[in-house]
Amino acid sequence: MDWTLYIYKTIFLLIIVLVTLVVAMYSTYGERKVAAFMQDRRGPNRAGIFGLLQPLADGVKMFMKEEIIPLTANRKLFILGPSIAMTTAMLTGVVIPWGGTITIGGREFSMQIADLNIGILYVFAMVSIGVYGIMIGGWASNNKYALLGSIRAASQMISYELAMGMSIIALILTTGTLSLNEIVAQQHGMHWNVFYQPLGFLIFLICAFAETNRAPFDLPECETELIGGYHTEYSSMKLGFYLFAEYINMFISSAVIATLYFGGYNMPFIDQLGLSQNLLAFLGTFFFFMKIFFLIFLFMWVRWTLPRFRYDQLMDLGWKKLMPLAIFNILATGAFYYFTELK
Amino acid sequence: MQALTNRSKLASNKKMSFMERIYLPAIVNGMMITIGHFFRKKATINYPEQTREFSKIYRGQHVLKRDEQGRERCTACGLCAVACPAEAITMISAERKPGEEHLYREEKYAAIYEIDMLRCIFCGDCEEACPKEAIFLTDRIVASQYERKPFVYGKDILVEPLDLSLRIDISARQTESVLKFKQNKRFAHNK
Repeated sequence: MDWTLYIYKTIFLLIIVLVTLVVAMYSTYGERKVAAFMQDRRGPNRAGIFGLLQPLADGVKMFMKEEIIPLTANRKLFILGPSIAMTTAMLTGVVIPWGGTITIGGREFSMQIADLNIGILYVFAMVSIGVYGIMIGGWASNNKYALLGSIRAASQMISYELAMGMSIIALILTTGTLSLNEIVAQQHGMHWNVFYQPLGFLIFLICAFAETNRAPFDLPECETELIGGYHTEYSSMKLGFYLFAEYINMFISSAVIATLYFGGYNMPFIDQLGLSQNLLAFLGTFFFFMKIFFLIFLFMWVRWTLPRFRYDQLMDLGWKKLMPLAIFNILATGAFYYFTELK
Repeated sequence: MQALTNRSKLASNKKMSFMERIYLPAIVNGMMITIGHFFRKKATINYPEQTREFSKIYRGQHVLKRDEQGRERCTACGLCAVACPAEAITMISAERKPGEEHLYREEKYAAIYEIDMLRCIFCGDCEEACPKEAIFLTDRIVASQYERKPFVYGKDILVEPLDLSLRIDISARQTESVLKFKQNKRFAHNK
């Protein structure tokens, strides 16, 4: 038994879970601040300095709220819904390489929980299961608005997952591997995939917005039409779980986008710095998080800029625009490599 | 129909051009606008710490003035109550007893004087009607309460303190021209 590896992995896992939760927590704060700033307001600034304790206050509020399960709701499924949403959201972070390798006492440890050779497929699988959380929650609520919200979520997920998968196929054509670790390693220097796959990146980004149910694709929630959509009947921490899962999803999708298209923990001119390998690994992680935070900001920026799509426009965009574009992207990429034989 | 401003745009069902159809330029445009607002000066102020500057003639919570010797100016004539369009003012008058000359300026005074701050519309008609320069609106804000009852302000809140340093300054409202206007029987309400 390799105990040092087990201990290292356990500690690393705990750190990642903690970081994920804290980032998701402060994303709620960031969301409100960004929204406020873009609307010429100040945002939360009462709890602590600059309102930094606001997420804690919100959490306490959520826990203190009365727990209501409607009489007509299916109790088991009603509880299962938010649990699935939260669990799958947390699970996706496993395959993401958070940094390079660090050396402790002559041994090399990679800053990745599990280097699956089908990393991308794993991410897709988890995201697809995530929609069950919303579907089950909406169905179990026994409420027409919740049901409408979950139906919308399901059809939206299916429509956009196709285009997303197609854009990834083009990416895999260029990288030749499904392992996220290798994809990042290939992007060393400034060979970021976004320069090789700009169209694929755009499709992936749009689909990521749709997959995380963020505006302008937040039709499953849709406060104005569906009074909250799938979580209409939820209260207390179950509602908190749904809202929290959304922010975790946002964080993880930002991490995935940064990994696939923006070189992950790679940063330009890293070889010229001449620092020790451990320091470089931590610097890379820092740089990776900067990329993630920028992408999270982009998510928020878009949310507070664009109005929500109408439902037929959503389907129109998904099936008639993104799908053909993604297929064209695959063909173009394939033709390029077939005729030029670059790889 | 003639447009009131030249800002209105006509809605049309014309076919969108390719650049419009792919939405992206419009989206980038919109995002530039929002990021512009991101760095703009905020319209909000941090209220309890900062307050906006009030106009000198702001019409806020009333004050019942005392004269230089600390005697209440109000003589309970009831003109303010008559002038009040919201019927917020009520009073009960009483006769000044011997030995109370240092408290009340005239022979008659208001034993009870109440203004319902929930009814008051802060129009300032009471101030204009007052022949004794006794009631004024000030730049103080009526504090919020949890119940209705405390909003009926009695003399304990309305009459200004005896201490000269704590007197409410109303010089901004009662300028020379205002006094002149009030004394001109042709214009004033209390002719």
